[in-house]
Amino acid sequence: MNTQILAVAVAFWLVAWLVNTWLVGLRPTNGFVAKTINLMIPLLFGVALLVLWEGVIKGFDVSKVLMPAPSMVWARITSSVDILWADFYQTYMKAVLAGYAMGCGSGFIAAVIVDRVPFLRKGLLPIGNLVAALPVVGIAPIMIMWFGFDWQSKAAVVVVMTFFPMLVNTVAGLTASGNMERDLMRTYASNYWQTLVKLRIPAAMPFIFNALKINSTLALIGAIVAEFFGTPIVGMGFRISTEVGRMNIDMVWAEIFVAALAGSLSYGLLALLERAVTFWHPSYR
Amino acid sequence: MLQRRGFSALLYDRIVPIGVVVAVIVVLWYGFAVLLNAQFERDQAARAKTEITTSQLIERTLSQDRPLLPAPHQVVREIWDTTVMKKITSKRSLVYHGWITLSSTLLGFLMGTVLGISLAVAIVHSKVLDRSLMPWIIVSQTVPILAIAPVIIVVLNAIGISGLFPKALISTYLSFFPVAVGMVKGLRSPDVMHLDLMRTYNSSAAQVFWKLRWPASVPFLFTSMKVAVAISLVGAIVGEMPTGAVAGLGARLLSGSYYGQTIQIWSALFSAAVLAAVLVMLVDLVSRIVLRRMGMAQ
Repeated sequence: MNTQILAVAVAFWLVAWLVNTWLVGLRPTNGFVAKTINLMIPLLFGVALLVLWEGVIKGFDVSKVLMPAPSMVWARITSSVDILWADFYQTYMKAVLAGYAMGCGSGFIAAVIVDRVPFLRKGLLPIGNLVAALPVVGIAPIMIMWFGFDWQSKAAVVVVMTFFPMLVNTVAGLTASGNMERDLMRTYASNYWQTLVKLRIPAAMPFIFNALKINSTLALIGAIVAEFFGTPIVGMGFRISTEVGRMNIDMVWAEIFVAALAGSLSYGLLALLERAVTFWHPSYR
Repeated sequence: MLQRRGFSALLYDRIVPIGVVVAVIVVLWYGFAVLLNAQFERDQAARAKTEITTSQLIERTLSQDRPLLPAPHQVVREIWDTTVMKKITSKRSLVYHGWITLSSTLLGFLMGTVLGISLAVAIVHSKVLDRSLMPWIIVSQTVPILAIAPVIIVVLNAIGISGLFPKALISTYLSFFPVAVGMVKGLRSPDVMHLDLMRTYNSSAAQVFWKLRWPASVPFLFTSMKVAVAISLVGAIVGEMPTGAVAGLGARLLSGSYYGQTIQIWSALFSAAVLAAVLVMLVDLVSRIVLRRMGMAQ
């Protein structure tokens, strides 16, 4: 046991905490400074957590088979960029993006149809709500049987996983425009499609983006878990399950880091896009 | 538009539409079962150098041992065989596997809810935590935790912890998030007027919490718990896969996919679906009762 390293890590964490307390108390008048502080607080917290993690692993001499220190994971990431990129390309660029686009697109189209036909809304929506709560990842073995081992079967799982959240949210969003606004459209003598495109879909955008954000994490999970059931010898899920078997836990954490990075980046990108599209929404004004 | 009431409303607004949609799905399913399984039967017939009539073809496609897509009645029979006809202690009983999955789901759901509520309480009462922890809670969900499930289970196994707890831990990680986010919203939902009123009563932070914030957050808690219980089940099922397919619905899925037992996969999938639906409905029922007793029923 190495008490010094542990003590330094704990001390760093405490200092970071105190600095954060001080930062929260500041009331900057300059907008830029306020933004920087807003970014600094969670960053400092994250760095402190990493230091604490490193300290605990080094301090207690935890075996690297159980839990690698962040520095080891980083060393692994920098030394095997090509493998990580190949896995990322197979899982994210092929399976996730294709499945996400098809699932969200078909969910959206289905929602417009369901919205047009009241009978379908009554009959299909309860089922959609039910399926949205089901463990859909379970269909992975079936999809692999149907579409083979390559990325197509993973994309199929992603399609099914992302379809229902999109359907349910878009249908809810299409009812979001107010009666007043619809009456206004009627006084303009606009037909169904004009009202849909110019009023109701823009009004549904906050709901649609909500589904897009939920789906961005679901899609990654679906693709990775589907790879546990069978895959060619490349892919993030494949790497995770084989490296766990070989007790290369640092490689597993490297993959997890890539997945988290990809997930956060896509989420952030969607949030930016949402801000640009729904600039009129009260939460951004 | 005509406003229907009572039973006829139930009949025309729920039972008939849902029934029709389900019926259409079942018919489509049979169609696809014939379509997908036909190739295998044609190959068999060609190999045996026999002609096969259409009616024979349809009959055989719906009764294969390892069909590409089992017909609904095959799945129903399999579920009946493995639930009612088997002793529930038997390793072939779906009730046995379902119970194993259910117990880790419930333990994980409980731990996740408690963790989520405690985090929300801490976040609402500490500005530092709000600004520093909240962003990381959101980032934590972009980590595909299901992907880490094997690591957690294998690592905990290595230090001697196995069985229920590691699986429940994955459910916990998945279910704490909706509860934490929902509860932060809920604990902040009392409006400024009410908070000011509490201040004029000179009430302490604890009193504000127990008499105003906590009751106001109950509807939010139940909404999040409905989401949480459903993903707890997903966590438990995925958590059962890397342990070598020993027991549980996830293990049934995995062993079914190893040995090409499609009917077994579908029946495990259906029992998981029923389990999820029952759990969500139970939480919904409890929430209705509690909200009515609190005078908050809609």
